[in-house]
Order: sequence, then structure tokens, then C-alpha cells
Amino acid sequence: MSAGSILLWVILPYAAAATFAVGLWWRYRTDQFGWTSGSTQMFESRILGWAGPAFHYGAIAAIGGHVIGLMIPKSFTDAIGMSESTYRWFSAIAGAVAGAVCAVGFVGLVYRRATNVRVRRATSRTDLGVYLLLVVLIGLGCYLTFGHNLLTKTPYDYRETMSEWWRSLFVLQPDVAAAEGANALYQIHAIIAWAFWALFPFSRLVHAFSIPVQYLGRPYILYRRRWPAASGGRRR
Amino acid sequence: MRVKAQVAMVMNLDKCIGCHTCSVTCKQVWTNRPGTEYVWFNNVETAPGQGYPRQWTDQERWRGGWELDRRGRLRLKAGGRVKKLLTIFSNPDLPTIDDYYEPWTYDYETLVTAPLSDRDPVARPHSQLTGRPMEVTWGPNWDEGLAGGPELATADPRLRGLEEQVRMTYEQAFMFFLPRICEHCLNPSCVASCPSGAMYKREEDGIVLVDQERCRGWRYCVSGCPYKKVYFNHRTGKAEKCTLCYPRIEQGQPTICSETCVGRIRYLGLVLYDADRVEAAASVPDERDLLGAQRSVFLDPEDPEVRAAARREGIPDDWLEHARRSPIYDLAIRWGVALPLHPEFRTLPMVWYVPPLSPVVSTLEADGYEADPDDVFGAIDHLRIPLAYLAGLLAAGDVEQVRGVLHRLAAMRAYMRKREVLGETDASLAAFAGLSTGELERMYRLLAIADYGDRYVIPQAHAEMGDRLLQQQGTCGLDFAGGPGNCGAVDPRPDTTSPVVPTDGERFHLVDLLEREEHRGA
Ligand code: SF4
Ligand code: SF4
Repeated sequence: MSAGSILLWVILPYAAAATFAVGLWWRYRTDQFGWTSGSTQMFESRILGWAGPAFHYGAIAAIGGHVIGLMIPKSFTDAIGMSESTYRWFSAIAGAVAGAVCAVGFVGLVYRRATNVRVRRATSRTDLGVYLLLVVLIGLGCYLTFGHNLLTKTPYDYRETMSEWWRSLFVLQPDVAAAEGANALYQIHAIIAWAFWALFPFSRLVHAFSIPVQYLGRPYILYRRRWPAASGGRRR
Repeated sequence: MRVKAQVAMVMNLDKCIGCHTCSVTCKQVWTNRPGTEYVWFNNVETAPGQGYPRQWTDQERWRGGWELDRRGRLRLKAGGRVKKLLTIFSNPDLPTIDDYYEPWTYDYETLVTAPLSDRDPVARPHSQLTGRPMEVTWGPNWDEGLAGGPELATADPRLRGLEEQVRMTYEQAFMFFLPRICEHCLNPSCVASCPSGAMYKREEDGIVLVDQERCRGWRYCVSGCPYKKVYFNHRTGKAEKCTLCYPRIEQGQPTICSETCVGRIRYLGLVLYDADRVEAAASVPDERDLLGAQRSVFLDPEDPEVRAAARREGIPDDWLEHARRSPIYDLAIRWGVALPLHPEFRTLPMVWYVPPLSPVVSTLEADGYEADPDDVFGAIDHLRIPLAYLAGLLAAGDVEQVRGVLHRLAAMRAYMRKREVLGETDASLAAFAGLSTGELERMYRLLAIADYGDRYVIPQAHAEMGDRLLQQQGTCGLDFAGGPGNCGAVDPRPDTTSPVVPTDGERFHLVDLLEREEHRGA
């Protein structure tokens, strides 16, 4: 086990996870005013109209797929009698759909950001960093889903390598060997992903934690008191 | 009965000269910052005309405000909560910057640095969004005073169905100015549209505000407001809107736009209303009943029962006194000469308008003669174009309402003219207006003389209602990064490649924040 391995497969994931958690908490405490989706829709609405939803819905599906794929051990699917090929086709097709929708949307978003001067001028350095990481993440992810899973006779079984390592992180006994043994492309995908989560709290990605589900249950008109001394907010 | 107080405004359109002083002073105070270059909390548009943003009145296109569903219940025109959440990644009804206008400035520096030459140097327009030189092809008042002629003016959605009757030839055209701010509605669709719950109506005075800390930039308030009076700050990524200058209102002072209004057309005062009746009033099936329904929400400040109920709700006595003397209650209810702007949007707007009689009178006075009062009454009835247009603007199409108001105003003019010229008091004219001679003269004083103390009857906020005043000493309550003007922490001008545009779109600087924290600690 080399120092490099420990850095990549032990220190990086924990440091990134810690940065993610502490960073989010700190940002939430100190920067409510900066917490926003940072929309550029008023500059360009036509492409965003399809690219925005495609990217977001695709990304949500892809993240969900990762959670399922990484969390559920092979022994579990074996135990419930799901054959390797059933699992493979399920994950490959679902992953491919999610990845394709997300990637198409993402290409649209990058295109409008690059070609529309107004949008480009509204792009911060942090935005650029996020975009760069996403290019690699989504690009690699799609390549692996299509090339190594959907369209090949010999699908790569990440469940014996990356998944093992990923789950081992949670029990605080990182299985470095499992990660070391994985395909290099999977390794890069994982490393970039950790960088992405580390940058997350300091970018406008934080708006993902503000999906306003409470809207479904609240009264339409909200009142607030100027002087809170009297009573809490009263509503119609 | 749940009594609430609302600071409301009336504007007397007869006296607006379209000078834009209100817009400029408002902009200077509130939106003179990067990110809000295109934003005018107060704007003055020409009617007929497209307005700002272009054709904002067309709710079939923008889907702002409320409508009734098949069962007659109130719902947001843009769709309900589930639809909003599902389309949250791209708001389908959002105006783009071009619907307002692309803000620009000039490269003034060339005037100073240009080399000596035979010709004068010219400062060229540069976009404040891109920093690049641009052609200015539309602005916040492009069709001011019917400029641009029939092509632009007839694109006013309110003229639909009136094409036959509208004359756009020079002699027959009519126009007036329409100053607009946020309506601080009783049933604000912006508040209802905000998924984050960042927008709210203040209990004490009804002012509608955006909580800058809780806004997440979903932009549904922008599209949900039928008056298009919430704006998206593209620099901070937050929604902003007219605040009714609440720091001034709390001190008993009029808003900046009112204070500086050259024509003295604006009135500010309290109205008491019954919060329990708001929803029913907004839901009456026939649009033409909306005006009456909205009026019926207001409570008579002289009524002892109302006053007792108001006291139970914690409305202080001096506020009730102010409500009694309110010019708004006089104009909108007692004399019934002010009407709400587009009541059919069902938001119960709280900025009302005295319709302009002048376009009517001026057609009669075209040849330099003073109009005879009797002719004026006749003309009001015959000039169907302005009447139908005004009815579409202020009465959801109910021409009778507008005619009634114009008749009352004309009667007031005739009465005063007789009194001044002939020294006669013609009680029949007062009766025609449905008022006593004393009330009619009071109306004249309020509308024509418009003393400062009569126009603005604003109670001060009550410090004892909270313990926060001391803490707020020395701040203006608007003290946030990117906040307005002189009292907020103004963003430092960041590096920029443009000579003109002070923006790099950066919204979150880790280093800045750390430094700020340090200062706080020090
Ligand atoms: S006019 Fe003002 S209060 Fe009314 S819906 Fe629009 S922003 Fe909200
Ligand atoms: S300052 Fe007064 S008169 Fe001038 S445009 Fe504004 S509202 Fe009209």
C-alpha cells in the first residue's frame, strides 16, 4: 500500500466528505444571502427551456442510480435471487437513459454558456471549476455506462471493486486494495467525484439543498410581523 | 372581522406630466447597482403603449396573477404548486432581459482621451451586460409620448378589440402617463408563487417584501406578479422589488417617488381592511364585480365596531386617527374617484388611480377655447375610445364605473369654475357628483391644491411594539452585501475586462467572506 494509494483512496474521500459537510454547514450559517440557484434564464431562455430540465432530471436519476448501485452489495442481489445478467441489464439500461438525458442537457447548458455572451459574462470562476469537473464526470460516466456496460459483451463488474471500496469507507475500514484493483477510468471517475463534492458547498450547487418541497403544504399568502415581540407569523 | 392596516397609494393621472422625476429618484436610491441596471421599481409609461416590460398586461402570454378554476375557486394563473415544482429548472413564463431592455452606458472616457481631431469625439453605447458596443434599439421608455407612432402604440394589449375605434392620427390620438410601482396587493400572487416562502406581506402596514436571505432565485415571483413588479437581480441571483420605501414610511415620511413628484399627483395613507374578506372578494365570478368587491373589503374607520375590532387586533389609536384622515379612503371610497389598476388580475392592488379627464377635455379645447362644462359631460359619453380604454385599464372593462368617476370629476371642475368665475355655488352640480358642496370643495382641495400635509397622512411605526429599534440605530435595515446604495455594504468593483461593465458574475467569494469574518472578529 503506497503513500499515493493512501492519499487517493483514504485521505481524499474523507477530506472531501468532511469539506462537504463542514463547508455546507458553514456556508449555510454565514452566507444565506449568497445561497441561490444563480439563474441566468433571463439572459437566455430558449435553450435553457429544454437543457435545464434535462440536465437536472438526468442528474437526479443518475445520482439515485449511483446510490443504489454502490449501496446494494452483490450478496444482496444474489440473496434475493436476482441473476447477474438481470442486474446488469437493469443497471445498464437505467444508467444509460439517465446518463444520456443528463449529458444532452449538459451539452445544451455548456453550449449556451459558451456562445451567449451575456451568460458567459455571468459565469464566475467557481462556475467554471464546477463545469470543468462536470465535463469529466459526466463524460466518463457516460462512456463507462455505454462502453463498459451497455454495449459490450463483457461488462466490467464494478461491484467487486469500486463498490466494495465505497462501502468500506462508511465502516471506516477503507478497502484500498479493492480500489487499487479497479479499472483506471473508474478510478479517475471516483477521484473527480470527490473533488466535485469538496467544491460543492462553495459553489452555487448548494441550491440543490433548497428544493422547496415545503411549498406543497404551506398557505399561499404569508404574513410576517415587523416586531416579532407581539406574536409569530400569522397566516391567512 | 380581522382588521388589518395597509399603507396604500392613489395617483391622480390628470396631473402626471410624465417628467420621470419619480423614476429617477427611486432608481438613484434603490436600483443604482450592478445587477439592477435594468430595474425600475417606479416607472412611468405612456398609455396607450406597450409599457415596461413590453406588453406586460397580456396575461395570456405571461400568466401572472390569479384566475378562477372551473369550480370558481381562486388559483394561480401560471399553475399550482406541483406544476411549479416540476418546472422549477426552467420557469416557462419568465420574461427575458430583452422584454425589459438591454441596459447600457456610454464609454465616456473616449470624450476625455480622444486625440485632437477636427471632429468631436462621440461616446458610444456599451451593453452593461456584455461590455460590448451595442445598438440601442429599445429602452425603458422607447414609446414615450406615443413616440414610434401607431406601430408601437397599437401593440398595447389593452387596445385589442378597440382597433376599429382607435384613432392614431395626430389630431385624434389620445394619451396619458401611467406611473407604476408595486401595488402591495392584498392578495399578492408574487407571495403565493414563491416556492421558498421568501416573500411576505407585513402584518402592520401591508408592505410586500422579499427576504433576501431566504430567496433562492427560483424566479416564480417575477412571472407570478401580473404587474411585473418583481425583478431578478442577475448579479446576486435574488428577486428584488419596490419596498414602498419602508424605512421612510416607518418614520411617517412619504416614499421617495411621492416626495419628489413634481406634479404632486401622489397620495399616501392608511386603509383598514378585513383580511377575512380578501379571498372572497378576489373570487367573485364576474370580473366587472371585482371593483365593487374590492371596495367592500375596506372598512369604515369611523365605524365604532371597526375601531373596536382594530384595537383588538393591536392597531394603535394614532393609526386609527390616521386612517380617519386618510386621503386614500376619501378618494377611493368616500368620493369614489380612484380606481384600481387592472382589478381583473384579482390580486387586489393597493395603488389606485384617479382616471384622467384631461384627454377628454383637451379634445374639446383643441381650438384654444375653454371647454363648456355641459360639453364636457356630453363628450365623456361620446368619446367612446378613451372610456373603453380607461375601463380596460381601471375597471375590468366596466365603462359605467369610469364614466361615473369622470362625471364626478367634471362636476367638480364645473362647480369650482362657477364659484370662481361667477361667484355662484351650484348645489345641483354637487348633487350630480353625489356629494355635499362641502365635500366637493374638500375633494377639490385634495386633488387640485394637494397640500403636502393632505397628500401624505402616514403614521409612524411603533417602537414600543418591539425591542429592536435600538439595535437598528445607525443602520438602515438594508445593510447587506449588494444592498442598495449608500447604506448597504457595496460590492467592491471586481476585476473586469470591460472598460464599462463592472461585473464578473462572481457571487460568492470565499476569500471575501473570510476577510469579512475577520473584520467582524477584530
Ligand atoms: S404588484 Fe407587488 S404585491 Fe402585487 S403581485 Fe406584484 S409584486 Fe406582488
Ligand atoms: S414625478 Fe410625478 S408628475 Fe413626474 S412622472 Fe412621476 S408621477 Fe408623473
